[in-house]
Order: sequence, then C-alpha cells, then structure tokens
Amino acid sequence: MKLHNTERNYSEKLKDIETLARGLPAVSIMEICGTHTMAIGRSGLRRVLPDNIRLISGPGCPVCVTHDREIDNYLELAKDKRVIIATFGDLLRVPGSKGTLNAARSQGAGVVVVYSTLEALRLASNNPDHEVVFLGVGFETTAPTAALSIIQAKSQGLGNYSVYSMHKLVPPALEALLCDGSVKLDGFICPGHVSTIIGTSPYTFVAEQYKKPCVITGFEIHDILDGLYLLLLQMRQNKAKIDIQYIRGVKPDGNPIARKTMDTVFRTGDVLWRGFGVIPNSGLHIREEYRDYDASVKFGLAMDHHYINEKEAICSCGDILKGLKTPNECDLFKGLCTPLNPFGPCMVSTEGACAAYYRYEA
Amino acid sequence: MDTITLAHGSGGRLSRELIEEIIYPIFNNNNGHELYDSALLPLKKGTIAMTTDSFVISPIFFPGGNIGKLAACGTINDLAAAGAIPKYMSVGLIIEEGFLIKDLQEILISLYETAVEADVYVVTGDTKIVERGSADRIYINTSGIGIVPEGASVSPKNINVDDLVIVNGTIGDHGMAILSCREGLSFGVNLKSDCTPLNGLVKELLDVGGISCMRDPTRGGLASILLELAHQSGTKMEICEKAIPLHPSVRAGCDMLGLDPLYLANEGKLAIIANPSKEEEIMRVLQSHPLGKNAQVIGRVASRDLKGTVLLETDLGVKRPLMLLEGEELPRIC
Amino acid sequence: MSMCLAVPFKIISTDGEMAVVEVNGLTQNISIALTPEALPGDWVLVHAGYAIHKIDEAEAKETLKLWEEIHEASQY
Repeated sequence: MKLHNTERNYSEKLKDIETLARGLPAVSIMEICGTHTMAIGRSGLRRVLPDNIRLISGPGCPVCVTHDREIDNYLELAKDKRVIIATFGDLLRVPGSKGTLNAARSQGAGVVVVYSTLEALRLASNNPDHEVVFLGVGFETTAPTAALSIIQAKSQGLGNYSVYSMHKLVPPALEALLCDGSVKLDGFICPGHVSTIIGTSPYTFVAEQYKKPCVITGFEIHDILDGLYLLLLQMRQNKAKIDIQYIRGVKPDGNPIARKTMDTVFRTGDVLWRGFGVIPNSGLHIREEYRDYDASVKFGLAMDHHYINEKEAICSCGDILKGLKTPNECDLFKGLCTPLNPFGPCMVSTEGACAAYYRYEA
Repeated sequence: MDTITLAHGSGGRLSRELIEEIIYPIFNNNNGHELYDSALLPLKKGTIAMTTDSFVISPIFFPGGNIGKLAACGTINDLAAAGAIPKYMSVGLIIEEGFLIKDLQEILISLYETAVEADVYVVTGDTKIVERGSADRIYINTSGIGIVPEGASVSPKNINVDDLVIVNGTIGDHGMAILSCREGLSFGVNLKSDCTPLNGLVKELLDVGGISCMRDPTRGGLASILLELAHQSGTKMEICEKAIPLHPSVRAGCDMLGLDPLYLANEGKLAIIANPSKEEEIMRVLQSHPLGKNAQVIGRVASRDLKGTVLLETDLGVKRPLMLLEGEELPRIC
Repeated sequence: MSMCLAVPFKIISTDGEMAVVEVNGLTQNISIALTPEALPGDWVLVHAGYAIHKIDEAEAKETLKLWEEIHEASQY
C-alpha cells in the first residue's frame, strides 16, 4: 500500500527543495518528534539539504524529557521484591541519579520488557502474588494505551496492576519553547503519530499566534522530503498554517475515541521536564476514580518540583532539547557521554538527539 | 524419570544411566568413534583449525531450530568461514536440575543430525548438572576441529581494494525469529531462523577461488562483522542499503520494534569478501545453491583505511559511517 | 524511545475488542478498542499493540491527488 507521493524520486524531491530554498534566508526548522530525528539521521538527510536549511531536533523523545526524579522513583520501586516492573525497552538504560533499570535487574529486580500494555496486563494476571507496575512514558500516541489498560484492569478486577504515569503532552512543550523565545525557529515538522490522536487544532496557536508554519509529517524519507517541501512553500508564500502531509495517518480531528479514553483516566497537571523545568498542564496524572491503579498513590512516590540534580547542571540536554545547541556542541558528547555510558537521557534513547547524532551524524 | 535431577550429575548410577541410556544412543553409529573422555584423532597433512563457542540462548526452542542445532551450526560455521573443513566436535552440557529429559533428547538429536548433515563427528563430551536457579535450563559448549586444505588461505589479510562484499541471503532472520518468541513481545512471523551448517556451500565457494575472506555474521549482525573485517584488514568498505536482501517479515518486524536489521543475528549467513574477477562464477555457485538463492553483491572495498570504516549508502545517496552497537539492541515502541 | 513507532497492519479477523492483524507474514494480536469502526480487511496503524487509526485508503488517495497538484502548480 503506497499512500505517499512517490511520483517523484528522492533526487527530484531534493531538487524541488533546493529550488524553494533558493528564495529564502537561512531558516531553522525543528523536527519535534524523535522518530523523525532518527529517520533523518539514518537517511543522512542533513548532509544533502541546502546550506540555508537547518534541521534542529526538538523535545519529542519521551525518555529524553523524563526527569531524574521520576527515574529515581521507579528505580526505588524496583527494589521492592513484590514488584515486577513492566517497561518499554528503552527505559532500561536510562540513568537516574543512582543507576539504571538494567543495573537493578542484574541485582535481582523484576523487570520485564513489554511491547504493549496488553502484555503488562497479562503479566499481572499471570503473577497474582506480585504487583505489576507499568512505566507509562510517552506522549499522546502512547497515553491512550496506558489509559485503556487501567480501564481494563479495573473491569477485570486486576488489583495487582498499576501505572506510574510519566506521560507528557506535546503542545504545552511547544508553547513553552516558543514562549521562551531563546531559539530562533522558523517552522515545525510536527509529529505524525501524536497528531493521529490530537489532530490539527492543538497546533493552531503556533500558526496564528506565533506565525510559524507547521506540517504534520510521516516518517518515511518520502514523507519527510514532502513535509519539508510543504513547509518551505508556506515560508515562500509568507503563510503560516497547519498542513497535513501525513494524510494516510492523520485526520484533521485526530482520534476522538482515543482522546476520550485519555480524558477518562487522566487529568492534566504541571510536571517537570528534563531541561525545561516545570511546564504548566503538560503532564497526565491518573484521576482520583482510578487511584487504585496509580502507582504513585499505591507506593507513595513523591514528585518534588524543586528537585535539582547535579548531573543536570553539567549536562547540555536542556539546551539540546530546546534546539539551542546541537549534540556535538556539548562538552560531554562522545567523551564522557556515550550510548553505552550515557550521562543524560538524550544519549540513551535511540531516538534521542544525542544518540542519533552519535550513531548517524558523527 | 522425566526430569534431570542433581543425582544425574553425581557420578554414580544415575549419571551412568543418563549417559548410557539417554545421551549415547543419540550419538551411536558415530562412524566408529567411541565417546571417551579424550578422543584420539588421526592427523592428516595441512593446518588444523580449532574453535569453541558456548550457547546460552533463550528461548531454547525457536522457529527453525533449537539450542542443539544452534550449537552444532555455530561451531561448524566458525570453522567453515575460516576456510577449514569441519571434522570433529566436542559437546559440553550444563543442565539445570528439573530439566525435562525429553527436551534434552530433542535438543541432542537436533545437534547430532546437524553434525551428520555437515559430515562432522561428535567425539567427546561432558555433562554437568547444576542446582535449580544456578543455570537457565541448559547451556551447551561445543568445540570443533577442522582441517584447512594446503594452499587455502582465508583471512582479513587477503582483503584488497576493489574486492566485492557479498552476502548469501536475507539478513536478520535468526534474530527476528528469536525475538518473536520473547516474553512480552508476542507476535508471530512467517519466518524461520536461518540456522544451518554452511560448510557445504563454503567448500563450493573455495573450489571456485577468489575468496579473500569470509565471516559468519552471528551476534551483532552484518554491521558488526563488516566493521570487524574492515578494522582487521585496514580498509574502508562501502555497502549499499538498497542491495541488502531482507525478508519482508524482518523488515516489518524491524519497523514495528524500531530495530536495525543490520544488527540482528544470523546463523546461516556468510559475509564474503571476494576478488571482482571471480564475481560471475561466485554468484553462479551461490545462486544455484539452496543456501545462496538470495545472494547479493552489497558493496565493495573502497580504499585502504587504517581505522577500518564501513560506509552505508542510504536511499538518499548519502554515505554515512556504520557504528558498532553500543550495548544490546532493545525493542522500543515509542 | 521517542514518540511513536506505528506501522500499518491489515485486519484479518476480529473478536470483540481484539483483532488479529498481519503485514508481510508478521501477525499479532492487537486491541481495536481505539478504532471500533475497523473491520476485517481494513488497514490500521498499530502502535504498541493498539490500533490508533483506521487508514481510509480511498480518502487518502483522493487527498494525495490534490496534493500532487499543489506540488505541480507551485514550481518556482
């Protein structure tokens, strides 16, 4: 099933981009989503774009923006012999202030890598003597699946299942970034699968208030080239609107059922982002009605918004997430900080800006 | 008795029963080779190749094979890729108490049948039983001895600029087949592990000539083995992403789990570095062999380079360096 | 881990909120609770074991055609 524009081949598309870029000053475009960062890195796109088009990696990797305090909380939880941690693969290597899940596992903690919350639920029903805690990381794409798992656990009476919600929302981070104003950004490649859920309207303020063009883009190289084309076209025409390039994956109003599911289980609240600090209404907390499935209530995991980690003061992840620095401009990059021995989370996640740079742009 | 107990490792009656009633019958008719603690092997002229490998894989049964078949293939292929004709093999078993005897039999039968297929004799072995919890069901060590025919030389030292980089088929099949049975990742694939002995194919290739070097890209995948060869030969290799053969299910699984097939394990593949003057004959031999139907030239040795680099030409025509894997490749969803 | 890997799969069969999906010989059991309108034969985007979007092939092709016209018309 080919539902993207393959009429033109890559080199023709690159030529179209060059033609459009010729009429523009130097522009900086942020790809918000880590999956884009990864796809761009793997393809080598940065090396063939016109000189005046700069792609900056944004805050769209949930692991990278997960705060040390959250990491420390679940690492503490992993020490409890009754607890089995169910997690997506990439959290295993994320360092908190005192270690990683991988290290905890080697010391006997129960840690199981799962592909979905369906597996986490199964784990809970197969291990009635244990408490299964699912580590809920991710943005709007993933949060509905965690919400559904809670609804299912409740309806199945699975009392030994809970979620530690570290879920975050993309539009508030965009607003924080634009509000901050320290980065000069001229347009956004908006995340494909977050938009599958939220649709176009949450980005309206970017176009209307901040006059920045946005294109919701798919993840194949064809998609990214087309997305860039549409973005540059808006710039050439002095327009700022929300285009959907990823028409096969995104409806303008997103997925209302998924949003309703999210709203049923979660309420928004102020949360800490690594590198950004507290962003208002950018996090998802489990509602009172579902408190029995909220690991932070069940196990008394506190969040201190004034928490300061010494490592974070040295690590440039914050500036990198905001697009103020590229990873190779960080003093720790490739020396003290490598994917095997990451200092900050941006190096841990395969889709973190630092890891993608390390692997593909070096 | 259905399961292995510690008493099976005591050296007493049960040990003897395990060996004489369960293990020996599988390896009987071993071309007259008795299984003693030490095998006495006649030596012909030539160079001896020796290798050893331990197998600790989980799951122990997977689509297309099991740990026994793997233990045979791993050692046979290490010898074959070094240009040796595999001859003899030892089998060391470490078994956790409670292991099912019928599973042990199935694993050893696979191992034996694979050895027979490759014309290799199991000539000695050892069995140890450990307490529950001290091992994960069963570990197997195999060591192998092969003979390198006189005049044959397969080594990174032989790699020259302009040599071709060839693979004998789709990559990552074993890695994906294994992942499909991991706890927490339940998906099904219409795909088997490529786990198979390669010595027959290797012999045909060596008969053609023009082979500078070969390696079997097991753990770490094709990327890791090419990086190793580039490093050992002091060369820069360039491979083309589009040319690398991939099973559609491996591609789909990699998209789904966010993995790179270049780093997935293979157990029946060869990375072949060969002289371009022999390209036609080598490709003819490969493509007419059942284990080389999907063979492809995927790149070439571009230049001398002491650092040892491998460049991957992407679909966009950009050449980017491949990196060694940092830690294990983890499935991710987000 | 970043935002979101999602892959198109074709629905083979459904059983309540669950469905068997397939692409290129790879099958999995997923939940279609978030796309209850999806039927056997439909393509869906699957993220972490859940269908998050039903791909409307006809509509996507229609929009694509329009979009290619933009591309043609906007040459500088």
